[in-house]
Amino acid sequence: MSDKKKELKPNTYKFDTLSLHAGYQPHKNAGSRQVPIYQTTSYLFDDVDHAAALFNLERGGHIYSRISNPTVGVLEERVASLEGGTAALATSSGMSAIFLAVMTLCEAGDHLVVSSQLYGGTVNLFRLTLPKFGIKCTFVKPRDTEGFKKAIQKNTKGIFGELVGNPGNEIMNMPEIAKIAHEAGIPLMVDATYQTPYLCKPFEHGADIVIHSLTKWMAGHGSSMAGILVEGGKFDWMQNDKFPTMTKPYEGYHGLSFAEEFGPTAFTMKARAEGMRDFGPCLSPQNAWNVLQGIETLSVRMKKHCSNAEEMVKYLMNHESVAWVSHPSVPDHPDHELAKKLLPNGRGSMIAFGIKGGKEAGVAFINNVKLASHLANVGDTRTLVIHPASGTHSQMDEATLKFAGLSHDMIRLSVGIEDIDDIKNDFEVGFRAARKPRLVSNQ
Amino acid sequence: MKFKVNNKEVYASTGGRPFDKKKPLIIFVHGSGLTHMTWVLQTRYFAFHGYNALAIDLPGHGLSGGESLKSIEEMADWISAVIDAVGHKEASLVGHSQGCLVTVECTSRYPNKIKTLSLMGGAGAIPMNPQLLSLAENNDPKAVDLMMDWAHGPAGHFGGHPVPGLYHINTGTMLAKSRTIQNTLGVDFRACDNYKNGFEAAKKIKCPTLSILATDDKMCPVKEGKKLAALIEGSKIDIIDNCGHMMLLEEADRVLTVLKKFITTNYPPLSS
Repeated sequence: MSDKKKELKPNTYKFDTLSLHAGYQPHKNAGSRQVPIYQTTSYLFDDVDHAAALFNLERGGHIYSRISNPTVGVLEERVASLEGGTAALATSSGMSAIFLAVMTLCEAGDHLVVSSQLYGGTVNLFRLTLPKFGIKCTFVKPRDTEGFKKAIQKNTKGIFGELVGNPGNEIMNMPEIAKIAHEAGIPLMVDATYQTPYLCKPFEHGADIVIHSLTKWMAGHGSSMAGILVEGGKFDWMQNDKFPTMTKPYEGYHGLSFAEEFGPTAFTMKARAEGMRDFGPCLSPQNAWNVLQGIETLSVRMKKHCSNAEEMVKYLMNHESVAWVSHPSVPDHPDHELAKKLLPNGRGSMIAFGIKGGKEAGVAFINNVKLASHLANVGDTRTLVIHPASGTHSQMDEATLKFAGLSHDMIRLSVGIEDIDDIKNDFEVGFRAARKPRLVSNQ
Repeated sequence: MKFKVNNKEVYASTGGRPFDKKKPLIIFVHGSGLTHMTWVLQTRYFAFHGYNALAIDLPGHGLSGGESLKSIEEMADWISAVIDAVGHKEASLVGHSQGCLVTVECTSRYPNKIKTLSLMGGAGAIPMNPQLLSLAENNDPKAVDLMMDWAHGPAGHFGGHPVPGLYHINTGTMLAKSRTIQNTLGVDFRACDNYKNGFEAAKKIKCPTLSILATDDKMCPVKEGKKLAALIEGSKIDIIDNCGHMMLLEEADRVLTVLKKFITTNYPPLSS
């Protein structure tokens, strides 16, 4: 018998278990094994004192479903637990989560440093819409780590970027950019939609706020719009005077100092108390429930997404109709080594590739694939394709397209979890059609 | 608010209301390695209902200056000094876990100052697991992870925070890691382990006392809490089902309801 004492190990639940259970206690919900859908706008108060206590954040609980809802609350806790965050706030879409994060952080006259490689809608929010609220942004290419430092101004309140840029697969050096942000006393906000917490936990690499479009891989089924912002809880809002609405008695919420009262959950508390009250981008309980169904199988699906993506990378790299392939698993991808560090469980299922024959071939390919769906979404369990220059990023002019790293031959592929041979066979049909116009013109 | 005790800056949350010397004082004392933030779902209520609610950060913890105090006895004296420093002659004390040892000792030492005592997850002694103590004293973050594991009951491990969207195991972890672990948790655990006077101190307590215990508390089990309560004359006990040691978060609403009834009955608020 060994006389060694048994080493103590924490028995807190692991990722796969949290995906199924976090945020929900059946014994508090009539024993219902499945999370109930609380399809209600409002909640009874016990008495006047109870009502006042809820409004004044003296007690936890629900008042009105624009602010919070029990079904949505389960989703929020579940994602917070998976990310290793202290708190989360779900919204009606990923875009509303980004908007809410910015409006919780900034006011008119403030500035943000933003990665240039973003989803087209996000680019427009930062470039055109936020300036209307008096919030200006400086765009920096995601691989230009020093550029983030140089772009910080006195009134800069944060850095924002997609961990893996859309659609070119450029990866932000998150640990280094987090250091830059923290040296400047500002938080790093990361959109990690492409990764999900299964592939990367940004808080472990220095991020302070994580944002997801839950519509994508987290839900997986492509049935429901949803977004979420998650708080890491490490950022010290009181270290400087940059965030007075977080640290001083705030007129916007009855003289409350969110940082003093709520510390590691201050950002989420403010986003909910102020942002959901004033802007109201609430998530419906039905959609929250739909997303929860997807999250239950997140790790199972992500494994298959990633293995199919790696198969597709090999297939595309060896295909005569393909000019180039961009995916972090490709050894000559500029961020291949960084991806190994930040995405240890898989490099994701987004592939960008260039089709020989340019725009004309791209259009023929898209119009002829039958299994892959041509639509403006990513992260569905089904394989999706789009031609960004004529689709998601079509509102950009030539110069902005170039700055966003887009080319006319680029096809964005979101690899699904179908049988890999079926996806390849479908692509063969597309590639054959794409070659036809060129064969004709060469005669 | 900030004030000084023994020339060191002290931070105490006032529950969102300005400190008002006319109102009766309740002092909330946190557990090992934690901060005033653990009391947010109790202090705001009292602050808005006729009390000065002071959730203090012990020296070297949270936003307070100085170094962590090395013994429960020193902490007990320090609480008495806090009452003096804010210009009060008396207070009601509320403690959680290690905070129970501190408030029991303080009440026995200063019987004329302490008007009611509320103990959550309390015991007469809190001997530490040697491995856990060693991990904390060696600044190993695993000490915090183990504490959070043991401190939450089976139900609490699933979450279900009373404030929508908050995940309390991670929030507690972040609080306990907000300062250097060996200087907060390490010192606190050693102070708990060294403290042997809890049962004797309890026998001296004459003020109204309430013990809130939880059926799934692994750190200070119900039987230990009952043993302590049995030594305090007229002590009341409330037991919460399906709840662990972090009852003030896991069952915040229930705790507040019980606490509210006990304190307002025995130490009435300033009527508006």
